[in-house]
Amino acid sequence: MARTVLQVRDVTKRFGGLVAVANMNFDVTEHEVLGIIGPNGSGKSTMINLISGTFAPSAGSIRLNGTEIAGKAAHRIARLGMARTFQLVRLLPELSVVENVIAGAAFGYRRRWGAEAEAKARNLLERVGLGEVMNVPVSELTYINTKRVELARALACDPEVLLLDEWLAGLNPTELATGIALIHSLRDEGRTIILVEHVMDAIRSLCDRCVVMSSGAKIAEGTPQDVLSEPEVIRVYLGADDA
Amino acid sequence: MSARETRNLILSALALGLAALLPFYDTGYLLSIATTMAMLTVLATSWALFSGPTHYISLATAAFFGLGTFVTGLGFQSLPFWSLPLIAAVLGAGLAALVGMVTLRLSGVYFVIFTLGLAELVRQIVTWVQNRTGQRGMYVLTSITERDIYWQLIALGALVYLVGWLIGRSRLGFALRIIGNDETVARHSGIDTALAKVILFMISGAVAAAVGALLAPRYIYIEPSTAFAPLLSFQVVIMALLGGTGRLWGPVAGVIPFTLLWEFIARHAPNQTLLLLGLTFLLIVYVLPGGFVGLYERLQRRFGGGRH
Repeated sequence: MARTVLQVRDVTKRFGGLVAVANMNFDVTEHEVLGIIGPNGSGKSTMINLISGTFAPSAGSIRLNGTEIAGKAAHRIARLGMARTFQLVRLLPELSVVENVIAGAAFGYRRRWGAEAEAKARNLLERVGLGEVMNVPVSELTYINTKRVELARALACDPEVLLLDEWLAGLNPTELATGIALIHSLRDEGRTIILVEHVMDAIRSLCDRCVVMSSGAKIAEGTPQDVLSEPEVIRVYLGADDA
Repeated sequence: MSARETRNLILSALALGLAALLPFYDTGYLLSIATTMAMLTVLATSWALFSGPTHYISLATAAFFGLGTFVTGLGFQSLPFWSLPLIAAVLGAGLAALVGMVTLRLSGVYFVIFTLGLAELVRQIVTWVQNRTGQRGMYVLTSITERDIYWQLIALGALVYLVGWLIGRSRLGFALRIIGNDETVARHSGIDTALAKVILFMISGAVAAAVGALLAPRYIYIEPSTAFAPLLSFQVVIMALLGGTGRLWGPVAGVIPFTLLWEFIARHAPNQTLLLLGLTFLLIVYVLPGGFVGLYERLQRRFGGGRH
């Protein structure tokens, strides 16, 4: 049986009186691609932020390979094998493209430094399709290329779990096809990925399983095909009339 | 080590060696200005080690410097002189660690204001203790000449450059650059941002305190209002920014012209020195955002672009 890499149990996050995430439970097994979907404001990004350590959960447990990470500082969680991209791309503008990726390699889960880190970074940049623009200043990269750099940075520490927070958002149709193919190739490599996504094509073709959130709570879980045909899921996405 | 690094190392050693020869040429006015420059160079360079990459503007230099002068003031009669800068450095690092752990979670302007307040707080505490014990200022009467102080500062400067160079090549230096660009990315990449910032703040605090300890004999008489003068903190920031914090040689490129100008104005229009501080600041903000280092790099890109 596949090994459970991430275990989320009864996780709740309150911001003052607002419950952003309520009693979430799910598992992620090795080599699995799990999608977290749901309408805007349903708590998906907050869930990602709780897993990566941006915020501490108000209650509940999150285990990465058996180690409790709920409430730990983000850098500790990163060192235990977590890596992420951000909903709004965050690159390091004063650093070169290669240095941006080395930043992901030097301090995280599998640490590399010097020539080894640089080789790893160049390798990954080739891998995500940036071989041509490796020496371009960060400020001159196109939108999809900034996303690729961020992805390469997250991959640079060989994470146990990769969190992609709307990595495909904002791409035009051609770029979207490229982007989906890229994530697909990561999936084929056997990486364990959690992705928050709105793009339905991507969810159908990439995810082994989906967790559907609405108002902070899980309302469905299963294969993309199954959950997307559940009346409750259609209701929260499209309104009561269409269910 | 690359050929370029070896070349830079030799050039730096030559420049320092040449600077060390100055007291044989002149022990009067020139040495006096050079000592001031050496002091400000060491302070500005160590300030830039922390504030350059992280973009955290610290106005605490005077707190560490003043602490150092008081270490010498209290200890020069009972302890060997060589031990005083070391003690000052340890105390400075300790104070920096304490302050760092409390304040480095603050960002932007809150950090700036806190560090400014810190120097004032330490000054008030020292004044209060002195009032309680009935003491006023202190005389530091030693046989140490300006020439000795100058050489000690050159040696300390060499050490600061060496440490700065080593940090620049290390993971710690790289971590600080990432922190200065985006602290959130730094944390999520596995960097203990608080620890990295505290370590660098401690180095910079230790150096400033050691400089204070070395300089105390020059002042002869020390009291809190001069030892902890906030002006020093501002001078150091302005000079480091004027030179540029992107390279190790940046601060000294700011210190030399600024000190000469400061001396000139202090002699001819002693009340206008603060004006110079303000005007220089405007110059940095509007014309030279990266200081002389930034200007140099822009010119290099424009005229020497083919080589890169």
